[in-house]
Amino acid sequence: MISKRIVLHFPQRIAEKPIVYKLVKEYNLTFNILKAYVTPQEEGLLVMELSGKDDDFKKGIEYLQSSGVKIQPLSEDVIRNEVKCTDCGVCVPVCPTQALVVDPLTRKVHFYDNKCVACELCVKICPTRAMEIHF
Amino acid sequence: MRTIKEINEKIKKGQVVVATAEEIIELAEKKGIKKAAQEVDVVTTGTFGPMCSSGAYFNVGHSKPRVKLGGGVCKFNDVPAYTGFAAVDVYLGATALPDDDPRNKIYPGEFRYGGGHVIQELLEGKDVRLEAVAYGTDCYPRKKLETLIKLQDMNEAVLFNIRNCYQNYNVAVNLSEKIIYTYMGVLMPRLGNANYCSAGQLSPLLKDPYYKTIGIGTKIFLGGGIGYVAWHGTQHNPSVKRKPNGVPAAPSGTLAVIGDLKQMKAEWLRGTSMVGYGTTLTVGIGVPVPILNEEIAQQVATKDEDLYAPVVDYSQNYPQCIPGALGEVSYAQLKSGKIKIEGKAVPTGALSSYAKAKEIAEELKFWIQKRDFILSEPVASLPGAESGYGFKPLHERPVT
Repeated sequence: MISKRIVLHFPQRIAEKPIVYKLVKEYNLTFNILKAYVTPQEEGLLVMELSGKDDDFKKGIEYLQSSGVKIQPLSEDVIRNEVKCTDCGVCVPVCPTQALVVDPLTRKVHFYDNKCVACELCVKICPTRAMEIHF
Repeated sequence: MRTIKEINEKIKKGQVVVATAEEIIELAEKKGIKKAAQEVDVVTTGTFGPMCSSGAYFNVGHSKPRVKLGGGVCKFNDVPAYTGFAAVDVYLGATALPDDDPRNKIYPGEFRYGGGHVIQELLEGKDVRLEAVAYGTDCYPRKKLETLIKLQDMNEAVLFNIRNCYQNYNVAVNLSEKIIYTYMGVLMPRLGNANYCSAGQLSPLLKDPYYKTIGIGTKIFLGGGIGYVAWHGTQHNPSVKRKPNGVPAAPSGTLAVIGDLKQMKAEWLRGTSMVGYGTTLTVGIGVPVPILNEEIAQQVATKDEDLYAPVVDYSQNYPQCIPGALGEVSYAQLKSGKIKIEGKAVPTGALSSYAKAKEIAEELKFWIQKRDFILSEPVASLPGAESGYGFKPLHERPVT
């Protein structure tokens, strides 16, 4: 079994094709959509957790790529610059997935990048610009 | 019980007992306040939060031929400094922005670089670009100056913050239907979050609420170096309502602080960007509280549970100067991660880093223990709770 959080960019020309449906039907994969931007006539963006057997997963990814979908691993998207972070915690209530949490004892802020859905709210509001986007 | 002089003797002999504000709380709970007061000579406090009324003055040295910056324009990395002094004295404020910064024209503005960031870069030892335009005089003929300069090149570089170290502060919320961008951070609509800005039980003025030991001349940890309390800060407002324990239940006292910037560290003075609001400087301050008597020990041992802050709406009440709070919450509640406002559970965020405040209190404790920091006697008191001193709104009058 393999399970990964990935970012899919759908170019405009294939945004209206039932691509995710095929992942389920033909490659036996399950998915959980974490975030989606689908606007008619524009590029679509889908952030999801994709799971299945190793072989199916590999074939599914190949199918996506051959269809023209650009794939990025999500875990690389938002990282914290440990030198810049002051552990203030102003990002904590803004994070929609509790990927940023204050340790009740040390009062330091932990960043769980496996929970991050790369919404980038923290990137925008961090007073010391410690949350960085890396593609 | 003991005097500052006696404490200093103990520091010099290496016999002083120092505790952080967190440690004395624990000690008082375990052994009682009487015992704690007998055992501990000094308690260290700390705070690390954005403080906009911060800045530094510089004497950049005379160029050849001479230039008079006074009355002219002077910029560090495009950020304008105030030049209304003698030839080469300038003051750079934390919120100053380059002329070409779009500010809030593209709303919300990012405010990526301002005076606070220049101060941080100087502390990092970096070269900054000094550009000046002058009108030229017989004794100061030069009209233009462009050079790289770093902190050590300056004659004087002095951090002089006219309002820091707020004694308590508002908890900011947003009752409106739209997101707002404030100096208290981004506030989500319909009570989406509640932001506070105090180190609570570690915060200097919350631990000496009547300014019994902190006064003009008090030696402090400032930005990783040594500083002094220069005056009471602007908007010092000691006459606000206080709790039975003497602690103000609203923003009240403030400090003006000063110290040699060249001895400070970038770790403790950080250029800061508040989206949609502006730039500022996050300042690390630590103040020692000498335990002169049991009453001071009692005050300094006040816990987060007994320190209260007002919850204020920043969509209407704050901008329109409408008094009134939505309620009161303790710092213990704020630190739990959620508070209740109008029946709704609201997640909390802090602008002031408690983790860093704790590090500052520990660092100052260490300095005192290794005899690097001798306490000073204040030379004058700050206006106190009974002084009648307070701050008033601007009374606008027609100009005719």
